[in-house]
Amino acid sequence: MSTTLPPPPKKVNRLGLEVVNYKGGKTTLCAGCGHNSISERIVECFYELGVEPFSVAKFSGIGCSSKSPAYFLGLSHGFNAVHGRMPAIATGALLANRTLLGLGVTGDGDTASIGIGQFMHLVRRNVPMIYVIENNGVYGLTKGQFSATADLGSTLKGGTPNDLPPFDCCALALKWGATFVARSFSGDKKQLQAIIKTAIAHKGLSVIDVVSPCVTFNDHEGSTKSYGYMKEHEEVLQELDFVPFFEDIAVDIPEGESMNVRMHDGSHLRIRKLSRDFDPTDRLAALAALEASEAAGEVLTGVLYLNTQKPDFLELLNLHEEPVATLPESKVRPPKTVLDQVMEELR
Amino acid sequence: MSTIEVSPADTQPGQTSPSIVNDFSIQIGTVNGSGSQTANTVLMRSLFQMGIPVSGKNMFPSNIAGLPTWFTIRASKHGYIGRRKEIDFLIAMNAETAREDVMKLDGGAAVVYDEPLKLNELRSDLHFYPVPFDKLVGPVCPEAKLRKLVRNMIYDGVVAQLLSIDMQEVHKALVKQFGKRKAKAADLNWGAVQAGFDFAAKTFTKSDPCTVERMNGTAGKIIIDGNAACALGCMFAGVTVVTWYPITPSSSLVETLIGYMRRFRMDPETGKATYAIVQAEDELASIGMALGAGWAGARSMTATAGPGISLMSEFIGLGYYAEVPTVVFDVERVGPSTGLPTRTQQGDLLTTAILSHGDTRHPMLFPCSPEECFTMSMEAFDFAEKFQTPVFVMTDLDLGMNNWMSDAFPYPEAPINRGKVLTAQDLDRLGGFQRYKDIDGDGVGYRTLPGTKHQQASYFTRGSGHNEKAQYTEREDDYIHNMDRLSHKFEVMRKHVPEPMVHMNPKSKIGFIYCGTSDYAVRESCDQLKTEHAIETSYLRLKAYPFTEHMLDFIRHHDRVYVVDQNRDAQLLGLMRLELDVELLAKLRSVRYYGGLPLDARTITDEIVKQEGQ
Repeated sequence: MSTTLPPPPKKVNRLGLEVVNYKGGKTTLCAGCGHNSISERIVECFYELGVEPFSVAKFSGIGCSSKSPAYFLGLSHGFNAVHGRMPAIATGALLANRTLLGLGVTGDGDTASIGIGQFMHLVRRNVPMIYVIENNGVYGLTKGQFSATADLGSTLKGGTPNDLPPFDCCALALKWGATFVARSFSGDKKQLQAIIKTAIAHKGLSVIDVVSPCVTFNDHEGSTKSYGYMKEHEEVLQELDFVPFFEDIAVDIPEGESMNVRMHDGSHLRIRKLSRDFDPTDRLAALAALEASEAAGEVLTGVLYLNTQKPDFLELLNLHEEPVATLPESKVRPPKTVLDQVMEELR
Repeated sequence: MSTIEVSPADTQPGQTSPSIVNDFSIQIGTVNGSGSQTANTVLMRSLFQMGIPVSGKNMFPSNIAGLPTWFTIRASKHGYIGRRKEIDFLIAMNAETAREDVMKLDGGAAVVYDEPLKLNELRSDLHFYPVPFDKLVGPVCPEAKLRKLVRNMIYDGVVAQLLSIDMQEVHKALVKQFGKRKAKAADLNWGAVQAGFDFAAKTFTKSDPCTVERMNGTAGKIIIDGNAACALGCMFAGVTVVTWYPITPSSSLVETLIGYMRRFRMDPETGKATYAIVQAEDELASIGMALGAGWAGARSMTATAGPGISLMSEFIGLGYYAEVPTVVFDVERVGPSTGLPTRTQQGDLLTTAILSHGDTRHPMLFPCSPEECFTMSMEAFDFAEKFQTPVFVMTDLDLGMNNWMSDAFPYPEAPINRGKVLTAQDLDRLGGFQRYKDIDGDGVGYRTLPGTKHQQASYFTRGSGHNEKAQYTEREDDYIHNMDRLSHKFEVMRKHVPEPMVHMNPKSKIGFIYCGTSDYAVRESCDQLKTEHAIETSYLRLKAYPFTEHMLDFIRHHDRVYVVDQNRDAQLLGLMRLELDVELLAKLRSVRYYGGLPLDARTITDEIVKQEGQ
């Protein structure tokens, strides 16, 4: 009689995949970098929701943040584009194959400095994809220069203060057409998970600005993107709970305290108010809240805006349901009669 | 085949009339935005319908309305459809330029002009036909605000009478131009044509020699501009993602494509578009989207001109290095910088061949006619996917925006070639793949498309250093290995690009090498050199870059080879310098024209006579 016990059953998701199937290569970013936490959240969320890895396409630009798609979802195709121009690559890929789940990861330099134009047009088009901005206010790969999200007065490691006000990527996204806008902090595991899961379920552009401290160049006293600063100044808007479509919502929610948003795929986002009254379906109120929090020196995190009704870019194009990239020749090359007709018109 | 084969009209033996039949140029000087384009097209089409080979060249300003514009119609019984420098028949409608236009004419030319301009006072060696346009337009166009537009149709009637153009053909051309939906406008304009005809018949005694006669030089042919021909090529190539940013002279390529795709590329079963066309925010985005789409498996394209090419430079380097197929149409205009946006040049050859930083090489196709615009557009998509790289179709403003007589386009015989793409079944069979491994010896690896349902399908595309498995690397040996494979791939392309068109004249010691729209001027010049100077010539028209062995053979066969360039710095010759041996280079001479007008035969002939020391 054998005394060895059978190995414990492997933990798998609804597709029968293990968490390792959602991991990527080993990170080469600094130990303690906020970006690594975000990569971990991405792995967890895609695993827990049981997203088919091959249905995801990862996109990034250039910078520390943009390296990170190599460190998660190794079974998904990835495209590391040129600096600031990931939105164009992603838009093109999604035009070619609308069934892909687009996941873009970018940084504050990549998005708010060199890439502000493409970012704004991505927002304006409401391209259905997830757009994560790993925001540390600084250029890491070139060793510590300010980006366009660095706050006025925030200092570099050597003490030089920033003499320009920042772009608030969430405010820009709110103003110009993104349909899911959220801000989070790389150190807030639960909030970030709920937000990423909501973005996976959302049909439209999800802009997620995550304050993600750079431990090497921007985590010092005087920086407004440090762990320490976030601990003192983060103002959490709501308690978030994401219930995927394949799970029941059992618990009743007390009237008036929470709202329950049904996502396109049947999942639900439960939003429980904290200290302040805030309606995340009111775009103007969200803009006002961002203005007020900036004036008060707070970093507002949570779901700023969610609109599940607005049609996305691909819907507006009346695009074929199947990926146009792989339509058969019979669908994409008109017959000879068409050429004959056109030639006759030109005689 | 771009040669226009025609049978010249028979001339009666013993006829002593000094008539010039079906062999002259008409130039119309107007103001842009005055509706002259319609009148000019109707005039050109009337000649075409009478079987006379024609070409039309529009020289227009970069402006919406109010600046001088010239349209030149060449009728040639010999089938020459290049620009001709000499003007035989001037229609002077623009007070601002009329005097200068008249002073430029050779003696003996005819001038139809707006009577108050009193151009007849300028010279005594021309045939003048004054027409009181304002007086004539009133009765045929009661609505005063339309008179500016209708007025120009009067010269169509005057010219029809003076040149003996069949008025039935003018009417037919006019109806075609306005279409069925604008029958009222057609009637109004026809009234103006008739008023002009009647006035000329009543008033003038013809004194100039130009006249037309019916012939059979245009049977079965079409009239089309190169941009529309490229658009049709794209549609029949099965293009699925089109991203663009408006820029002269390429905008009409995509605009025409939009029109055709809406008509012929909606899926009849679902009513959905089998394509996406997106106007991007700039050329950086348009090429980025085209590359993203090409990466995801679409047949993607963009169209632009020189400034757009400059902007696309960085992304093109990514397309080359990450090996992403797409097709870029460059309808060349005059540079540098904004340059002359509405004038033609072949000024992007050198920059495009090696566009982007680092070591890059890009294939280019050089259509010379609408028919080649059609066939080469289709070839470009196959080529891009076969070699997994951006391919450039180089046309120019002359080809793209002017109306050309062309043979009808042939329907593609070969099926679409999507290149080396592995499916989930392929991966099952192979058990995996390495994206950048040269399995077949042609330098081209196998790729998978995102969305492929297989655990081994994914790979990571990047513009940074990568090894055969598409993994990040900074290793010296990986980098060199990859760059050498890309170089080898380019060498393989040499054997797959369209071969040049070669005309070998056994009696010639000198030859021409050129590409694109230089064709018409060079071949007419060959005839001029032979008949006027007894100089025998051969020619080789390049259809693609990289160059092929044919070009080297051609140079070896001649003592001197003139490389014709429509740019200041001899860019085509410059490209040849990058790879030719010294002994071959020593045989090369340069003929350049860069004034912004379509190249004409006389310019080349004069230059050859000078350089040959005759």
